[in-house]
Amino acid sequence: MSHHPEAFSPDATDLASLVACPSCDALYRMPRIAAGEDAVCQRCHRVIAAPRHRAGMQIISLAAASLVLLAATLFFPFLKISAAGVHNATSVLDVVLAFTSDELAILVLFTTACILAIPALRMGLLLYVLVPLVFDHPPSARARPAFLLSERLKPWSMAEIFALGCAVALIKVRDLAEVEFGPAFWMFAGLVFLVLQVQRNLCSRSVWDALEAATPDAPPTAATQEHLT
Amino acid sequence: MMADTPIPTTKEAGLLGCRYCTRVWPSGTKTCGCCGSKLVSRDLQSLQKVWAWWLVALICYVPANLYPMLRTSTLGSVSQDTIVGGAITLAEHGSYFVAGVILLASVVIPILKFLAIAYLAISVARPSTAREGTRHMLFELVEYIGRWSMIDVFVVAILSSLVHLGNFASVEPGPASLTFALTVVFTMISAQSFDSRLIWDQQEFEKDTDRAH
Ligand SMILES: [Zn+2]
Ligand SMILES: [Zn+2]
Repeated sequence: MSHHPEAFSPDATDLASLVACPSCDALYRMPRIAAGEDAVCQRCHRVIAAPRHRAGMQIISLAAASLVLLAATLFFPFLKISAAGVHNATSVLDVVLAFTSDELAILVLFTTACILAIPALRMGLLLYVLVPLVFDHPPSARARPAFLLSERLKPWSMAEIFALGCAVALIKVRDLAEVEFGPAFWMFAGLVFLVLQVQRNLCSRSVWDALEAATPDAPPTAATQEHLT
Repeated sequence: MMADTPIPTTKEAGLLGCRYCTRVWPSGTKTCGCCGSKLVSRDLQSLQKVWAWWLVALICYVPANLYPMLRTSTLGSVSQDTIVGGAITLAEHGSYFVAGVILLASVVIPILKFLAIAYLAISVARPSTAREGTRHMLFELVEYIGRWSMIDVFVVAILSSLVHLGNFASVEPGPASLTFALTVVFTMISAQSFDSRLIWDQQEFEKDTDRAH
């Protein structure tokens, strides 16, 4: 079920109750939406908020599981090839090191980043931000820049593209040699599924709300400091 | 389908919206108090950035098509395949579907992406008759699909690490793998630099001229 946020009336002064569509700048009063519902921009149809029931706990378990899978993926054979009695097995580490040969070394860095480092960093950052929030602890130090970084890295996390690349590579060498998937391929496929599930459950507006609620923004004024002392 | 009353924008209300956390701030605020991003009502330099990255990407796309992506040696004979050549080889071996995927990801999508970004950047710089909703959908499509062009670079990486079968067969990456990867990266940055809110400003411009009449 999706709601359209109520159009903003200019006499309102409470900015905290407003929301601006990041894609088209339409201004709305933030609607009250229940978990499982979406707030969608009327004008450009961008999803502005999509809170999910118990999302925090789910994201934490999915992100933790994906980090374990990612670490395991590195050490098991990914693809195995054999032809004319010669065999070769390759791991994800071998794949990213394929470019080391000459001036293509920069591609090693880039491939490693897109298929391993950035997915791992994003999952780590989400754990760092969400664990204290979900377990009612004070937020981690610099939790807001950490979450902002995780949001900005999203398009550069390319695990799912790499998985499709494997399928294409398999078909390309089919005529040349026998190729089979190793255990790490199935782990990597599981990883792709987990990362997509994290994305489905993650509503960034809800995380920002929770971060703001946990750390009141305004530095204590003179009046509140009197109460503290 | 659309609401009868026009939806006001943050800019019209004299406020600033954050593009990362959707918070609203009084105009003149420099950084978002929630997420710490820099606040700009409209990124006026965004078009210059879009065109700069677009041009660099286009320059990289030329060698990406001229030089080989892959160098395959089988039993002493060496063959070099460019992007299009590789797809043709696949089709000759009967893998029409995969040949189609490669042509789509490495040729059709990049070219359409160049055209789409150029069209969007031109359309916001002058009065445009195209509907805002349609142009916005085009922009979201470009942002969503652009990353998938990376698939050919990953295929080269996988093949080069996998196919090491002594004298029988081996595969090495060619120079085009680097320039093609750069093309994809630069078009992604070009699309990300585009401030999609500019598309919708013309609607307001039209509303203003309507009022004036
Ligand atoms: Zn919108
Ligand atoms: Zn913000």
